[in-house]
Amino acid sequence: MTPVLTVEGLTKSFDMHHLGQRLHAFSGISFTLHPGEFLLLKGANGVGKSTLLRTLYRSYLPRAGHIWYHAPEGRIDLARAADVDVALLRRREIGFVTQFLIARPRVAAEEVVAEPLRRAGVAAPEALEQARRWLAEFGVKRDLWRAYPTTFSGGEQQKVNLARALILPQRLLLLDEPTASLDAGARAALVRRLDELKAQGVAMIGVFHHPGDVAGLIDREIELTVQEAMDDVAV
Amino acid sequence: MTATQLHAQLPPQLMTTPPLLTVSGVNRRFGDVVALHDVSARVYPGEVLGIVGESGSGKSTLLRMMNLEDTPDSGDYRLALPGVTGNLFELDRFARRMLCARHIGIVYQNPHLGLLMKNSSSGNVAERLLIAGERSFATLRSKARVALEASEFPLARMDAPPIELSGGMQQRVQLAKAIALEPALLLLDEPTTGLDVSVQALVLDTLKRLQRDRAITMVIVSHDLGVIRTMADRVMVMRRGRVVEEGLADQIFQDPQHEYTQALVHAKL
Repeated sequence: MTPVLTVEGLTKSFDMHHLGQRLHAFSGISFTLHPGEFLLLKGANGVGKSTLLRTLYRSYLPRAGHIWYHAPEGRIDLARAADVDVALLRRREIGFVTQFLIARPRVAAEEVVAEPLRRAGVAAPEALEQARRWLAEFGVKRDLWRAYPTTFSGGEQQKVNLARALILPQRLLLLDEPTASLDAGARAALVRRLDELKAQGVAMIGVFHHPGDVAGLIDREIELTVQEAMDDVAV
Repeated sequence: MTATQLHAQLPPQLMTTPPLLTVSGVNRRFGDVVALHDVSARVYPGEVLGIVGESGSGKSTLLRMMNLEDTPDSGDYRLALPGVTGNLFELDRFARRMLCARHIGIVYQNPHLGLLMKNSSSGNVAERLLIAGERSFATLRSKARVALEASEFPLARMDAPPIELSGGMQQRVQLAKAIALEPALLLLDEPTTGLDVSVQALVLDTLKRLQRDRAITMVIVSHDLGVIRTMADRVMVMRRGRVVEEGLADQIFQDPQHEYTQALVHAKL
């Protein structure tokens, strides 16, 4: 079976110009991920788990190594791919779920959730209907659907965020502590949805504060260890 | 250090649509001042490119070039549109005016640059349509109304002159004028600078809506990183007439590479 992702020798460090220092996050990470596989990233706080996820998503630029993503058109190295290609893949098949929502002012919760469908060409009434179904599934109260998430509590914002991130099936899903600050009902809804997506062949890489939440989904684990902290370099 | 040395990217592999806008090798000096040095940019259909940089970085000069208001000392400018060929910097004044009226809309920070302040708001929008050859009064008025409505301008005030309107409303009239002919490219030069925060959010939201519903390609210049973060898919960072870094918006804000970009992002409130 063709993998979804082949990561080779991935290395990330941050050059902090104002300090004249290079901070090492992780180095030489390699793994392969197949359709429907769930990979758990483990390790102590600050070891670079979220940094690895963000590097895979290209929010962070890797220092060295390759992130071979096997797209239907052929493989592409996300470590060096053109920005427009990365943007295209994010719209089409690579999703990122965080605990934080960047809420835009004056946009209703149901529109926030429906947006990925609208961008994919689904008509507004149909997209909104699906959005409402997912808001209900994650336990967002009906009277909040037309309200602006900018004013919601952290937990409610996160539910909106999850509904939005999971409304379209992706090929690869990066999960950065999606269960943090969720109540039991929403957590159960999330696990149900992830299980469903996994059965459909979606590959997932996740960081979880309580991996027990997703114990039944995990196929493999990678443990990250602390890197020797910093170099003083001319950066 | 140049942007390409920071992170050498491969040419697009999956994106098969060519860029709508391509400027390359643009140089412009004003006397001894280098306003633009070897600047290149590409914008793909439906994309929002944000350009950030401090005053004097050349970002507005570049935008004015894209609106063909100025001609560089050297450089090439192409738009991938039906019937539009060659280096647009070589067009004469008349051809530029027609091209801009038909395909490019612009919103300036200062509404005086974009509007006749004492003419009616609807008249300002209709002027755009007149240049493009529309002559029927009824059509002019109905098209102006549609554009004003899309810009979320209160139609009850469509005959008021901009001079009697608030700053936020003036920007909506500019926006209506800019989109009246459904341009392929919308240029925004500090469109929300100087507006109250609440009004700024409303204008940005209108722009977002337009972008989503009409998939207009946009280039937005701002020194306000919050505006760029809200609007842009990709960001270009300029300093002293040069592009120092470019990348996906989230990457520029979360993992800036260049010393200048780091300082800029760290200084954001």
